[in-house]
Amino acid sequence: MSKEKKQQAVQTTGHAWDGDLQEFNNPLPTWWLWAFYGTVIFAIVYWVLFPAWPVGKSYTKGVLNDITYTTPAGKQVTSHWNTRALYLEEMEKARAEHAAYMEQLQSASLAEIANNEELSAFAYSMAKVLFADDCAACHQAGANGVIGSYPNLLDDDWLWGGTYDQIHASIANGHNGFMPAFSKTLNSAQMDDVAEYVISLSGSDVNPQKAEIGSNIFNGETGGCYYCHDKGGVGRISQGAANLTDSIWTIADVPGQATLEGKKAVVKRVIANGVNRKMPAWKNRLNDTEVKILTFYVHELGGGN
Amino acid sequence: MKHETIETNVGWLIILTMIVISIGGLVEIIPLYFIKDTIETVKVDGKDTVHPYTPLELRGRDIYMREGCYLCHSQMIRPFRDENIRYGHYSLAAESRYDHPFQWGSKRTGPDLARVGGKYSNEWHLQHLVNPRDVVPESIMPSYPWLTEPLKFNAINDRLKALKATGVPYSQTQEEYQANVERFGKPTADMLDINNAEQNLIDQAQDGNYDGNRNDITEADALIAYLQSLGTMVDFSKFEEGYFAKFR
Repeated sequence: MSKEKKQQAVQTTGHAWDGDLQEFNNPLPTWWLWAFYGTVIFAIVYWVLFPAWPVGKSYTKGVLNDITYTTPAGKQVTSHWNTRALYLEEMEKARAEHAAYMEQLQSASLAEIANNEELSAFAYSMAKVLFADDCAACHQAGANGVIGSYPNLLDDDWLWGGTYDQIHASIANGHNGFMPAFSKTLNSAQMDDVAEYVISLSGSDVNPQKAEIGSNIFNGETGGCYYCHDKGGVGRISQGAANLTDSIWTIADVPGQATLEGKKAVVKRVIANGVNRKMPAWKNRLNDTEVKILTFYVHELGGGN
Repeated sequence: MKHETIETNVGWLIILTMIVISIGGLVEIIPLYFIKDTIETVKVDGKDTVHPYTPLELRGRDIYMREGCYLCHSQMIRPFRDENIRYGHYSLAAESRYDHPFQWGSKRTGPDLARVGGKYSNEWHLQHLVNPRDVVPESIMPSYPWLTEPLKFNAINDRLKALKATGVPYSQTQEEYQANVERFGKPTADMLDINNAEQNLIDQAQDGNYDGNRNDITEADALIAYLQSLGTMVDFSKFEEGYFAKFR
């Protein structure tokens, strides 16, 4: 058979455009056709097994009734296929995997967790993930904080206290760190004197006369700084007021200043503007055990008391 | 109609092609308006806890869209264990019922923001928006220093009215206000009153002090107010586990 004859044997659709432009009507390839039938059969099977067709105010739920989870009341529920039931099943499985450790963590005191090597390793690795997700945004991945904004958790200086109970309370309830701005209460010279005094507390060599005046403002009613920072500036944990007698600074970047003038200037700025910072409460976002192991983790990081 | 008529007439071809293609979409979308369980019932003490955005939050949402935050941040926590650990409870349909358009997204260059409300302090948000590297050294998010400029809100009433036209229950008449009191409780209903929108916006910005400066109302005030509201309307401790699975 010649090539020309073979082409003539193929049917055309019968349309003709522009006089002689025609369209072949070849049959579809067999493999393609069967693949198409396959998808039709797949769809029908899928409709039967899974949620598919809307019917009135509801929909067909599918006969695949194979997801089982337990409600908090202890009732076993078997559900048609859906992602939320699947999720509950997945969470239940995860809880069962951790159950042995979690029960121990719930009942053990933090001191007991610290003394149990296996339990503390579990708590530590779990808390590390929580810390990275929830705490590191402010306190930084290494917990070293940001001077001026977020406290360093690695040292043993604590604004709100470093015992297990105090750390737990800080995480669970959050804090409002507040110091009023003194720019309207004190004049510039007075703030200079107070800054002089505050710097002297951690051992800087300052003008003793000015520091003396500053001390009177600080420890007297003119400034009233001692309400929160206590007499002599040793700090008061109930107020979250910093201990000013050590060389650890969280707001004023004193260590970063090369000159005494620079140090006084940053302290004066804090006195003038005050402090208003907030740590969110975590008890609604994290469960009790999570807060507990984070307490353990933060306590472990540096100098928990 | 003959096959040839359709193939040789562009007008018919376009119209009929559009009808055939739209059937695929309509079959999937229309039943959702009639199926009872599409939007979950989220009531505490008989009041709807999911409510429309306050005027300030709404302006913040406009800025969120203007800056294209949705290009990198999704607002849709899927029901998986790993998402729960990182972001919290999965998102409900009810939680985005007043979003026009919704901000679910499908691309996470940055983290999901569906439950970012309350997670960080206002101060953190401000620092992070102005220069993300100040608080997250490894961040690749762009800086948005111009957000400290004053917020324009003179058209806030019109914005609320436009949303009201799409079915968001902001109130204009006394009757609508009463219906909102019934539905959301008085404090929320007050915030949804279009007649007081401008004053409500100013008050919330002043009280919330989102950008640390009470003297002016900036775009940062609005954006942070919006971010702090995300995912906070449903208190999941009030619902037993599995309650929301019943809607699927």
